Amino acid sequence: MAEMKQAPAGAGAGEKLLTWVDNRFPATKLWNEHVGEYYAPKNFNFWYFFGSLALLVLVIQIVTGIFLVMNYKPDAELAFASVEYIMRDVPWGWLIRYMHSTGASAFFVVVYLHMYRGLIYGSYRTPRELVWIFGCLIFLCLMAEAFMGYLLPWGQMSYWGAQVIINLFAAIPFVGPDLAILIRGDYVVGDATLNRFFALHVIAVPLVLLGLVVAHIIALHEVGSNNPDGVEIKQGPKDAKGNPVDGVPFHPYYSVHDLLGVGGFLFVFSAVVFFAPELGGYFLERPNFIPADPFKTPAHIAPVWYFTPFYSMLRATTDDLVNVLAVLIGLGAVLNLVKGAGTGKSKVTGLVIAVVVIALLKTFEAKFWGVAVMGGAVVILAGLPWFDKSPVRSIRYRPSWHKIVYGVFVVNFCILGYLGVQPPSPTGELVSQVGTLLYFGFFVLMPWWSQLGSFKPVPDRITFTPH
Amino acid sequence: MKKLFASLLAAFALVTGAQAAGGDLVLDKFPKERVTDLAALQNGAKIFANYCLNCHAAAFMRFNRLKDIGLTEQQIKDNLLFPTDKVGDVMKVSLNPKDAKDWFGGVPPDLTLVARSRASHSGSGADYLYTYLRTFYRDDTKATGWNNLTFPNVGMPHVLWELQGQRSAKFIDVADPHDPAKKVHKFDGFEQLTPGTLSPQEFDSSMADLVAYLQWMGEPVQNQRTRIGVGVLIFLAIFTFIAWRLNAAYWKDVK
Repeated sequence: MAEMKQAPAGAGAGEKLLTWVDNRFPATKLWNEHVGEYYAPKNFNFWYFFGSLALLVLVIQIVTGIFLVMNYKPDAELAFASVEYIMRDVPWGWLIRYMHSTGASAFFVVVYLHMYRGLIYGSYRTPRELVWIFGCLIFLCLMAEAFMGYLLPWGQMSYWGAQVIINLFAAIPFVGPDLAILIRGDYVVGDATLNRFFALHVIAVPLVLLGLVVAHIIALHEVGSNNPDGVEIKQGPKDAKGNPVDGVPFHPYYSVHDLLGVGGFLFVFSAVVFFAPELGGYFLERPNFIPADPFKTPAHIAPVWYFTPFYSMLRATTDDLVNVLAVLIGLGAVLNLVKGAGTGKSKVTGLVIAVVVIALLKTFEAKFWGVAVMGGAVVILAGLPWFDKSPVRSIRYRPSWHKIVYGVFVVNFCILGYLGVQPPSPTGELVSQVGTLLYFGFFVLMPWWSQLGSFKPVPDRITFTPH
Repeated sequence: MKKLFASLLAAFALVTGAQAAGGDLVLDKFPKERVTDLAALQNGAKIFANYCLNCHAAAFMRFNRLKDIGLTEQQIKDNLLFPTDKVGDVMKVSLNPKDAKDWFGGVPPDLTLVARSRASHSGSGADYLYTYLRTFYRDDTKATGWNNLTFPNVGMPHVLWELQGQRSAKFIDVADPHDPAKKVHKFDGFEQLTPGTLSPQEFDSSMADLVAYLQWMGEPVQNQRTRIGVGVLIFLAIFTFIAWRLNAAYWKDVK
């Protein structure tokens, strides 16, 4: 057995307790490594609030969720009434319900902004690829969690939204219909679906989410945080103790800094919770105030706002778009053959893959490819570390026109989101199709466009103005 | 104040709502200040219990929650409960669904959340209800003898006809704005056939009270929610200001 450390003579009770714990559990070590002596770059800006805010919203969702489950009844006959019971008869139940529903939307606002920060500052690049991949997995789990949570109030939109999306999975070739029955627990969305979505939403996915968040932070702390200049502070000068001069310990500098972010966030969050919890029908949708009725289809079925960009891409994938995709893939393979930088063998492989993909595109129905496009739009994010071939990390030192490319990407994403809320229309379909191609083009063509242009010289040290 | 209300409501009475030419509803604006007016809410509760609760249920609303709008339990028991209900019961009704289907073509929907579910781009749920309740007209082609401008071919008869009196709707044929070759029915005003026990302004005011009650019933805590919210936002503003200055104090020495 190792020799146990002794508390210094005359130590108080607290210090003695800490020494006892430290001899059995790395409490002080963990604190120092991840908080007290974790050196983060000192030039974090507004975009760096959203990671800690995402953690805050996760805690809000879990705590409000626990209290909701104390009164919620996961039964098709009782669910809707139990939510109204929480709203009316449970003391402060209305507040917990509104915090949970607003928190769900707030989670996506915060996460989208958090991802945007990663995008513009190159936070996904070496050596942080795994941080990014864990983040993409968290995003996927978050989407599943939100989708399943939305069924629980058992309103009209809950029921029919679930019906539409699960039916899409039935379009997957070979396994589709059985997969849909597995997801639903029955041949139609019903009590069995509600029960299993409840179990997954309350415990299974939250456990996975918590594990992924821990992994995400550990992976980050292993390599250290990026910063708006994209310059590694660990490669800069060190002080006498060996800590980077351009960094500050997370505690107290960023714990206090993040407190400011929390205050601002809670202000906006509370404004919504107390003054506009429905937010015009976007945070709490109107049809969901009608109990689910399998015999009455709502006039207009749409997912909640945070899914609408991807829903747009799903709706845009018609037979026409599938043909366009087939042509584009063919063109891409030919271009690779003629002008590609790989070996002859890789070019032939590329051509074979393209032919196979085109054959599959024409074999399976467009409905399945819509699902594939929607899923692909999320999964393609994970490839970002390998698509980005720019010589610099941060957008600050890229050619100015790159900013326009990112701007177009963001505006396109927002337009796709807006179109997803609207009922389908011929113009809307065309615009979504262009938007889908723009979205994928941004990633697929990135190995090419990210290298174009004249890059600005990257400084050796971060740029920081004392304040 | 009464004169102001009367003249406002006269203006409302003239603007008969839901000129649904082209698909998009045009809704009258519900006077929102009624939702914080306890007298209006109590009058609305009275109208609701007397006219609506016979067919429509409000299965998530408890009778004793009406204490929040200033009624005592005794007042609720004396005036609003049906003889077999307990004051802690919810507002269920005993209308047989089969009878409802025979008489109206369907079961009258539960009204607890109707003000929340009827909101749309055209206006709030209260706007919709306020317009709906005031745009019934006589239509002998319908089984009930009534039709509605806001909800065409609705199965509900004009339950409040004695208060408003009977009106017919005039339609004229005008050129379709999208296609001059076609003609489209355009609403051209109501005609009073028999008088009601209330004047048009009094009827509009009663309907505003009823809709205020329906709006309140959809979320009884709404008035307290906004009051608490003011305090919360003031606290958070002060908190954020202090956090900002604390942050500045810590970062002052970082060069």
